[in-house]
Amino acid sequence: MEEFLQQLTNGLAVGGIYALIALGYTMVYGVLKLINFAHGDLFTYGAYLGLTLLTSLALTDRVGFAVGVLVLVLMVMGLVAILGAILERAAYRPLRESPRLSAVVSALGASIFLQNTLMLVYGAQIQVYPDGILPAATLDFFGLYVPLMRVLIVLASVAMMVALYLFIQKTRIGTAIRAAAIDQGAARLMGIDVNRVILLVFLLGPALGGAAGLMVGLYYGQVNFTMGWVYGMKAFTAAILGGIGNIPGAMVGGLLLGVIEALGAAYISIAWKDAIAFCVLILILIVRPTGLLGERVADKI
Amino acid sequence: MNRFKPFLIALVAGLLPFAPLFLNTYQVDVLNSIGLYALLALSLNLILGEAGLFNMGHAAFYAMGAYTAAILNTRYQIPILWTLPLSGLAAGLFALAVARPVVHLRGDYLLIVTIGVGEIVRIALVNDVFGITGGANGIFGISRPRLFGWVIRRPEEFFYLIWGFVALTIFLFLRLKQSRFGRALNYLREDEVAAEGSGINTDYYKLAAFGLGAAWAGMAGTLFAAKMTIISPESFSFWESVVLFMIVILGGAGSIPGVLLAAFLVVGLPELFREFASARMLVFGLVMMVMMVVRPQGLLPARGQRFSLATLMRETVR
Repeated sequence: MEEFLQQLTNGLAVGGIYALIALGYTMVYGVLKLINFAHGDLFTYGAYLGLTLLTSLALTDRVGFAVGVLVLVLMVMGLVAILGAILERAAYRPLRESPRLSAVVSALGASIFLQNTLMLVYGAQIQVYPDGILPAATLDFFGLYVPLMRVLIVLASVAMMVALYLFIQKTRIGTAIRAAAIDQGAARLMGIDVNRVILLVFLLGPALGGAAGLMVGLYYGQVNFTMGWVYGMKAFTAAILGGIGNIPGAMVGGLLLGVIEALGAAYISIAWKDAIAFCVLILILIVRPTGLLGERVADKI
Repeated sequence: MNRFKPFLIALVAGLLPFAPLFLNTYQVDVLNSIGLYALLALSLNLILGEAGLFNMGHAAFYAMGAYTAAILNTRYQIPILWTLPLSGLAAGLFALAVARPVVHLRGDYLLIVTIGVGEIVRIALVNDVFGITGGANGIFGISRPRLFGWVIRRPEEFFYLIWGFVALTIFLFLRLKQSRFGRALNYLREDEVAAEGSGINTDYYKLAAFGLGAAWAGMAGTLFAAKMTIISPESFSFWESVVLFMIVILGGAGSIPGVLLAAFLVVGLPELFREFASARMLVFGLVMMVMMVVRPQGLLPARGQRFSLATLMRETVR
């Protein structure tokens, strides 16, 4: 039981990270019907930028760890959001009217480019986050000892998801995003600047992805330049699991996938951990391609 | 330019067989790699280029063939070239089994699924599935191929084996392209609904393209196993699939000369600039992005096939 609950909480933390990345995929897919293959690499940039800022600015030493980490998260989110906007401008906007294959290939090219830029700058070896940024405390939930970091990741990811959900559902700009996702042409006729909506989506998604990258760095203590593609594929699986284009779906899918993976690794085989997510992906596409919460389908698949 | 193209192709094809006489061993070895990649890219071209099915797990079929050949050779002492049809069959059947439930998926979903399949296969190989793949170390001690009592050992000898197979493949695939089957695949790529409306069994043709392309990749895998004598899962990573995908797209989907040219550029060019080896993938990524804006149809795009009236009459009568 103890083991099960530990794996469950671990799964929720990892799932929260998947969900944050999945939101970026699902929002871009919702508006552009494009799989942003480079999204996983933006997530890696979040992890690397976080590491560089952490070691060079030594924020946590100056202002204490709570404020320091908060400022760090905001800085990383801002920087990765800018990267996302540049990516949209350079790789996707020129191909807005092209066939889908062109955009997919360009996205792959962007992914390879971003990943190798990182490798040339930082080197191919694993980068290690410094110890003791956050106190290595554990919390006691009725006899279950859970690391503080794990709890913080779950809380932070859920908070960001709720904030995004409210933003999309309650604000005028959020309504514009939803309108553009349903029908770009009609949205344009209603006076919505679709180009700005797309730009906004490419700011929001990467910001969340960047934050997820920082969380992975803090949680596991080490990052490497190719991790974006594994996390990206898993987050994409999560997005499909919940129903791509569907924002609550990405959250549910992410958490669910994290838990499935953690339990699978614990009770089936750790060596097959990465294969579990891909099996889930294939199964869901065969059995229910719309995902758990997806509804709009017909011509999509 | 177009007027000179047939001469150019004839010149290259005429000179290539004499290449080992003028090049050193290392250069011949590079040509052998190009030949293997050309073979793989031609087989992927059947799936991605002719039928328009986004397959980014081609390395899985390649691995399937290489491992079948290696296991049959090292465990049952079957001569490596004899395993060629068997490994083709294994890869083809595997592709059919994998593609059957997902072949109806649209474009980028298929892409994701095939990436997933490729990864599952690689993880299975690393984890020594069924205890026969040798885990992360792979399989070693694969015997040298023997052709009419002649043991093929040196790169110069492999050159003729590999490029002979490439030539055979080009001939067969050109014939296939001009057949009823090839036209059905192209129709499928251009407009699936119209193709189905014209009585083309889309699922059948998609599966056939997958099976045939995978079988060819499997045979290329056998040649790879014979050439290296050692195979391990890292030779069949996701990036192999990406490079193959890139060769087909850069060359021009559905264009055999384009795919061959791209194989030369993508595999051969980095060998010329070895000092920039680490920046190789960076440049590829950039090229992919720029190409899609500047020339999305590829370097040598496939042109529509022209048929003379007589040929068409003959086809309709038949």
